[in-house]
Amino acid sequence: MARAVTTQRKIVFTALAWGIGLMIFFPILWTILTSFKTEATAIADPPVFFNFDWTLENYRVVQERSDYMRYLWNSVALALGSTFLGILIAVPAAWSMAFVPARRTKDVLLWMLSTKMLPAVGVLYPIRLILIQLGLLDSKIALIFILMLINLPIIIWMLYTYFREIPGEILEAARMDGATLKDEILYVLTPMAIPGIASTVLLNIILAWNEAFWTLTLTTVNAAPLTAFIASYSSPEGLFYAKLSAASTMAIAPILIMGWFSQKQLVRGLTFGAVK
Amino acid sequence: MGRITLDKVRKAFGDVEVIPPLDLRIEDGEFVVFVGPSGCGKSTLLRLIAGLEDVSGGEIRIDGTDATHLSPAKRGLAMVFQSYALYPHMTVRKNIAFPLKMAGMDKAEIDRRVDGAAKVLNLSSYIDRRPGQLSGGQRQRVAIGRAIVREPSAFLFDEPLSNLDAALRVGMRLEISELHKRLATTMIYVTHDQVEAMTMADKIVVLRAGHIEQVGSPLELYRTPRNTFVAGFIGSPKMNLIEGAEAEKHGAHTIGVRPEHFQISAEGGTWTGTIGVSEHLGSDTFFHVTVPGFAEPLTIRAGGEVDLHYGDTIHLTPDASQIHRFDAKGLRLS
Repeated sequence: MARAVTTQRKIVFTALAWGIGLMIFFPILWTILTSFKTEATAIADPPVFFNFDWTLENYRVVQERSDYMRYLWNSVALALGSTFLGILIAVPAAWSMAFVPARRTKDVLLWMLSTKMLPAVGVLYPIRLILIQLGLLDSKIALIFILMLINLPIIIWMLYTYFREIPGEILEAARMDGATLKDEILYVLTPMAIPGIASTVLLNIILAWNEAFWTLTLTTVNAAPLTAFIASYSSPEGLFYAKLSAASTMAIAPILIMGWFSQKQLVRGLTFGAVK
Repeated sequence: MGRITLDKVRKAFGDVEVIPPLDLRIEDGEFVVFVGPSGCGKSTLLRLIAGLEDVSGGEIRIDGTDATHLSPAKRGLAMVFQSYALYPHMTVRKNIAFPLKMAGMDKAEIDRRVDGAAKVLNLSSYIDRRPGQLSGGQRQRVAIGRAIVREPSAFLFDEPLSNLDAALRVGMRLEISELHKRLATTMIYVTHDQVEAMTMADKIVVLRAGHIEQVGSPLELYRTPRNTFVAGFIGSPKMNLIEGAEAEKHGAHTIGVRPEHFQISAEGGTWTGTIGVSEHLGSDTFFHVTVPGFAEPLTIRAGGEVDLHYGDTIHLTPDASQIHRFDAKGLRLS
């Protein structure tokens, strides 16, 4: 029997959903608003919402003081590079786990995920020392590699879930039809898994874009992405809230716009296989 | 050519032996059906021949050459799967062309063969659609099309009709038989449906728990089943198996009489029973008759329409020449 939902209940739930949504969105909105205020209005008590003199001054100062485009380019390179490399490694890995599972496949999957539970700071010094030895501190290549490794368990898990939904008989048919392993992955598996791979790529770009621990600790100037750009406004010269907000807005804008346009794909990707 | 020989082929999954060492000869151009209840190993046996599973021992020869460790692609066999296993992102044309593309054939030849197959299978008007836009029967035809374009040395069918509805199944059964007559290529067909086995096969292989119970033509199996399992499995409705005093009268542990081998009468006969459920099909009538002293009710087939109903008394006389006799182990007594 379908559950009867009264109009009153609908109104209450809708209001509640909007309330929670706004609560989650508020810090972002507040940051964006603050970025258009003067430093004095930014710390005004009681806080001012919309009724202030809007100014672009902060953006001008931030752009003048630091080279935004260089940070942006580094962020793009790190996010796309680590995602591309990750997918390249994860597709064959997820293929083997989904279609030719061994006795310990489940354990391997869980072990991979368990590495995400390790506090990153625990391996900070070993990794930092290795990079210094190799002369790769503050290099994009090293960071792309590290970000890829950090997100690899999640990419493999997501792809594994998608691949599991693909009937094995179709791959067997390809094998009977004379496809080599490469043909099978290239012509049959990948095209069928495109929606899944697309969501995995999107999510991984967001994760890599937002990653702050490694990008802050392993870069200084050359490889520093937008996370370092924001951080550079937070402490050294006291707290300039308006400028910090302008920097933050500039850093999150690209990913926010990408997320907005791909939200349908993302939601589908994250709930894929949950309801069947 | 498509002569397939299995020599002491066995398959084990871990410690579980699903197919004990087994020998089988399939001649070129034969239509062979593997039949048996679910879990009897018939699909596994087909997959061993296809190369989709590795054998645990023994040898598979195709046209005299050892194919035991060849990859599926190198065996020259084509397979039609129960779920059709079409490539959902490709059109019908691309699906059928896929094996030819993998073989590196040139485009003009691919087009010629695909158009030919589409015409034979009545797929020409759907050639640019995707599998998702086709009905079950059409999808099955595409799967068959993908198999025939390669001109394989043998076709393997894994329960290809079990996802179709009853009417379509009968139609496709005829189409596959027709195709076999025309191509005269070896076909190995797996099914759990003994009607499909009886109507299509040149040779039936009855399997139980990985063992071959009997190999023979449909009528050989029907006339002289080697044991009670084959006797009960081949024929529809199934053979009546009677144990006890009545069987001992014939010097056997068990006797079997098919539903169609009884004389029925209102006056008198060897056995007397009461009619339970009766099924009136028009062309035939099936009575389920309870006979005192028999463990199970008998199934009796009467031709045409017979005016007998629930609770009526009926007299039955089995046709003496059609009584099958089996010993205590279930094996046929000559």
